[in-house]
Amino acid sequence: MFQIRFHGRGGQGVVTAAEMLSVAAFAEGKFAQAFPSFGSERTGAPVVSFCRIDNQPIRSREPVIKPDALIVQDMTLIHQVDIFAGLSNEGYVLFNTSKNLDELGLGDYLDTFRRERLLTCPATELALEHLGRPLPNAVLLGGFAALTSQVTLESIAVAINERFKGATAERNIAAATAAYQLVLKEEEEFSRATTN
Amino acid sequence: MLRQIEGSRAVAETVAHCRPEVVCAYPISPQTHIIEAIGAMVKEGSLAPCEFINVESEFAAMSVSIGASAAGARAYTATASQGLLFMMEAVYNAAGLGLPIVMTLANRAIGAPINIWNDHSDAMAARDTGWIQLFAETNQEACDLHILAFRLAEELSLPVMVCMDGFILTHAVEGIDVPEQSDVDSFLPVYEPRQVLDPADPISIGAMVGPEAFTEVRYLSHLRQLDALELIPTLASEFASTFGRESGGLLHTYRTDDATTIVVALGSVLGTIKDAVDRRRELGDRVGVVGITTFRPFPFDDVRDALSHAQKVIVMEKAFSVGYGGVLSADVASATHDATISLHSVVAGLGGRAITQQSIEELLDDTAHDRLRPVTFLDLDLGIVDLERARIGSVRRSGPSAENVLSDLGTVASRIG
Repeated sequence: MFQIRFHGRGGQGVVTAAEMLSVAAFAEGKFAQAFPSFGSERTGAPVVSFCRIDNQPIRSREPVIKPDALIVQDMTLIHQVDIFAGLSNEGYVLFNTSKNLDELGLGDYLDTFRRERLLTCPATELALEHLGRPLPNAVLLGGFAALTSQVTLESIAVAINERFKGATAERNIAAATAAYQLVLKEEEEFSRATTN
Repeated sequence: MLRQIEGSRAVAETVAHCRPEVVCAYPISPQTHIIEAIGAMVKEGSLAPCEFINVESEFAAMSVSIGASAAGARAYTATASQGLLFMMEAVYNAAGLGLPIVMTLANRAIGAPINIWNDHSDAMAARDTGWIQLFAETNQEACDLHILAFRLAEELSLPVMVCMDGFILTHAVEGIDVPEQSDVDSFLPVYEPRQVLDPADPISIGAMVGPEAFTEVRYLSHLRQLDALELIPTLASEFASTFGRESGGLLHTYRTDDATTIVVALGSVLGTIKDAVDRRRELGDRVGVVGITTFRPFPFDDVRDALSHAQKVIVMEKAFSVGYGGVLSADVASATHDATISLHSVVAGLGGRAITQQSIEELLDDTAHDRLRPVTFLDLDLGIVDLERARIGSVRRSGPSAENVLSDLGTVASRIG
């Protein structure tokens, strides 16, 4: 089982992101489950959603307490919510930021994880460029596919097409594809830097 | 066809396949998505003939459902929590009149303190209304139970409530096979009412009944509920042959054959309990699970049989009777009164508190080592309780407990667990 937790704010499509990821996994013949943390969601309030992917039926109904991956849609949460709670040292994190990880003020904390699994993606900028609106959720799924290989970019496109129609779907797919390529590039640069 | 969709959406589509003729409901979280989807289907004409009636309250929603059902229409509604309480007078009437309305209850806590999260307090508040109450473990079962509910309701002329965990099921997106229209049509015949208000053949429904016959009319309702205990397994096996999967029934057992300890529960928490049981089995602990699907009428004989070989029984429930204890626990105790079973009541998951696999495993470990007490509130923060108890003991105007406890906790970031 691979478990993903999404952190963002009300209005950023945090719940939709988890649902789309579950649809992408389902499209590959896997079992998947997506659900929100059930707060009184308000625009701007911290929101958490969850996705589980497995090769066998999923029975658990508990929240994702020990995630294998985090998707952080809103960087203003990193000092407000315990987003890293339960993340193993082997875990993946995709941050929505155009900054370098070292500029985030997390200090040595990141050293407890495998650095090559903590990557950034300027999803809000990509969303503004492709959609004209700051909605990073579908975009980040492209980056997630590159970071974890849990689902393919093609399956993400299937999920986006199921959720959105026409030009909105096309633009989200274009932005997710751009995010996928950026994250792949980031990974390559990382492995080059470590082998050199 | 298996699709990855939201539980609410799947239930709405399933209810539509049951061809309700009148749907009248008032929106309340976490039931809203079901009603919105059905409303949209009626408006776009994909669910026809069906009248979707907007009303000003839950009391009106159930009252309209009663009227529609009495006039011979297949009637459906859905609610949750305070909404159920607000319609409660009419809920009793629907059962007392013997009208086969089907209602989804998207289980949610009841205030005060106000809380929109999941537990089973609302279903337990309706325990004695005379409605049949079925509990879904998964979204697939939630869909299937609605088809069974219409069939059962109309065979017995009794209303049926399908309970599904609010948010945990209603808002979960997972693989669900929404039953095909043709299969539903072959399982669920056109509604033939036992009693109907027909201008061509006028009768009255709802007579005032005095002491001379009230007991007899109520006893007849009781007998019809007991008839359901016979009919539910029959319908479940017919369902399995029509739809090709098991659903419904009175209860389900999991790894109970050689189990010395059995956990009994209702609803979606059964999935997490089964995961915990599998882990404990790996450690050699002989544990099993009984999931009760039919809570009213209560299947005493089946519960007794399912627990007959157990030495310890843990009833885990998402509700309790204040000043008494577990509600389901009392029913299980009554079903097993002549057995030498050590019964433990565990109140868990109140107001949306997550019931984690780890907490369940610890509970089973405590049970294995005879550390589990007769009544346990799972993951209770006794430190916070003691602080407020001390305040109540030392100050006359100690203030409202809810506000005090929140203040003691301090700013809580959005909880993950």
